[in-house]
Amino acid sequence: MAISAVSDTTLREAPPPRRQRLLEDERWLAFVLLVPTIVLLGMFIAYPFMRGILLSVTSSRVGIPGDFVGLANFYKIFNDGIFRTSVYNTFLYTGVTTVFKLALGLWLAMLLNRNFRGKAFTRAFILLPFIIPTVLSTFAWKWMFDPTFSVLNWLLYHFGLITGRINWLGDPDLAMISIIIVNIWRGVPFFAISLLAGLQTISPELNEAAAIDGAKPWQRFWHITWPLLLPVTMVVVLFSVIQTFADFQIVYVMTGGGPANATHLFATYAYQIAIGTGLLSEGAAIALAMFPILFLVVIIQLLYIRRVEVR
Amino acid sequence: MGQVVLKEINKFFDGVHAVKDVNLQIRDKEFMVFVGPSGCGKTTTLRMIAGLEAISSGDISIDGNVVNGLAPMDRDIAMVFQNYALYPHMSVYDNMAFGLKMRKFEKPEIDKRVLEAADILGIGDLLKRRPRQLSGGQRQRVALGRAIVRHPRVFLFDEPLSNLDAKLRVQMRVELKKLHLRLGTTAIYVTHDQVEAMTLGDRVVVMKDGVVQQVGEPLELYNQPANKFVAGFIGSPAMNFAVVTVTEANGSLIAENSGLRIKLPDETAQRLRGHIGREVMLGVRPEDLTVAGSADLDLPCFDAVIEVVEQLGSEILLDMKVGENIMVASVEPTARVRVGDKLRFAMRPSRLHVFNAQTEAAI
Repeated sequence: MAISAVSDTTLREAPPPRRQRLLEDERWLAFVLLVPTIVLLGMFIAYPFMRGILLSVTSSRVGIPGDFVGLANFYKIFNDGIFRTSVYNTFLYTGVTTVFKLALGLWLAMLLNRNFRGKAFTRAFILLPFIIPTVLSTFAWKWMFDPTFSVLNWLLYHFGLITGRINWLGDPDLAMISIIIVNIWRGVPFFAISLLAGLQTISPELNEAAAIDGAKPWQRFWHITWPLLLPVTMVVVLFSVIQTFADFQIVYVMTGGGPANATHLFATYAYQIAIGTGLLSEGAAIALAMFPILFLVVIIQLLYIRRVEVR
Repeated sequence: MGQVVLKEINKFFDGVHAVKDVNLQIRDKEFMVFVGPSGCGKTTTLRMIAGLEAISSGDISIDGNVVNGLAPMDRDIAMVFQNYALYPHMSVYDNMAFGLKMRKFEKPEIDKRVLEAADILGIGDLLKRRPRQLSGGQRQRVALGRAIVRHPRVFLFDEPLSNLDAKLRVQMRVELKKLHLRLGTTAIYVTHDQVEAMTLGDRVVVMKDGVVQQVGEPLELYNQPANKFVAGFIGSPAMNFAVVTVTEANGSLIAENSGLRIKLPDETAQRLRGHIGREVMLGVRPEDLTVAGSADLDLPCFDAVIEVVEQLGSEILLDMKVGENIMVASVEPTARVRVGDKLRFAMRPSRLHVFNAQTEAAI
């Protein structure tokens, strides 16, 4: 457009139309280019977020607009035992899965970083749990943890490790362990592939130099690989923590928050209160309670990443 | 001590025979250079000595002990890599101290050695910096320093100067030579640059396609190349070659092809007695050709047409056509030569090389 505008003016020496002249101004052009993004972000992120905040300070229910009630909803949920369990569960779920996903993902990444036959195929294969829609794979897992049809029970029984059925999803602790296992299974590929990409930016000569310098394999990992991989690790952990903290699908499909509300997370409990029971404002308050925590996590990790990168 | 012996070393990569039956004795305190075109197996050989690459067959021993099964760290060697391989997250000091820390040296000793090496290399004021903040030449020095502090038995260099610009490379070359004279540690140095090989090496190993072509002192390679490859690889500009047929006329031997006819000097003729009627490869270096004067009438001579004149300041390179043959001569900078001139050139008889046309081995 700009080129044709220039050639037009030079040829005809007539002033360009008003609209084109406006676009020649960088400030206007910048604004025009930004509009689609602003509209999208505004419609789908800023507006729902603001509505959420407004909703949380009312007594709105399904079909009833409700009145302004201040922080009553927050007061109510902080005194709610199930909410407190959900908070505890969310931290436990995020903490345990992140540690395992990082450890297993790093281990896988280091294995995949070696040279072996069928390397490209294996790398693609590893991504499968990440590619399959979460709901579908979680249904498969639910079947595997089913008290009657559990393939896990069948295996353990045939290896002689158990004598009776294990009620995976019926016991509060086992249910928590089950959803943690599914989350780890689903999250490891993301860690493995991202960390593998990070590992590949580290020159193999650094490890060779360290080997000649007298560093044993674990010393090479600790002194060379780990510090050089740290910026990538931090970004991956950041993404994973945010996603896991707000996880919904796995718990909703596997346990629905049960047994007896033992496995609720922020997201599933907010859903149950807001949609399940119709207490929209209370659900909004639960969902919003996640925000300050996640915000803090993001700030801390971004600051840390910046410090690592400046080094 | 630092004597390295390679015995019948072979290396296969996925069925490719990268290094073939290499036998070498590298003496204590010697500066040995491996030179050859890329893919000739020189770096692979060096990496096998370092222990970074497994040996397919053969033995490598350092000071009489076979080190085949030893990890790099247990071989008492230090290596300088082509792209320096400095640890980017460590300061210059920590880079140099890393090897000593891993070997559990006491802190005062580490300090002493690092400062000493920094002093030798003139990088004392850079110790707190990170590799990223250094120029190419400075990084090179840090990489050298990391090798020096360990006081190893053998230094291994993998094309350490190839990432530097031309001027810095010459400067670092001189410094490396001085450093070797000062430390007296055995050094094995890989390069594809024949000038580096000639100037640095006490002895030079020329390799091609995984095979050692010749081992010798630089001037030995230059004066008595073992085959056509070594003759063409060592020396710049490269040696001129021409395939000629040997014939006998009036008791003396004549070498000729279309456009070239030379009466061979006695010494060369002696060696070619058995090749009468056959083709051989004649070789003569550009610097052994002179514009023939009246005093040169009894030297082997030929006529040439000048095609390109390259003024280098210290010499003039003449690209010329001798019948069907293309040749290069290096002549005095004072010579007045123009494109299209027809000149008569003389060869220094003792500097004529002959090679078997098939095997390319020197005759």
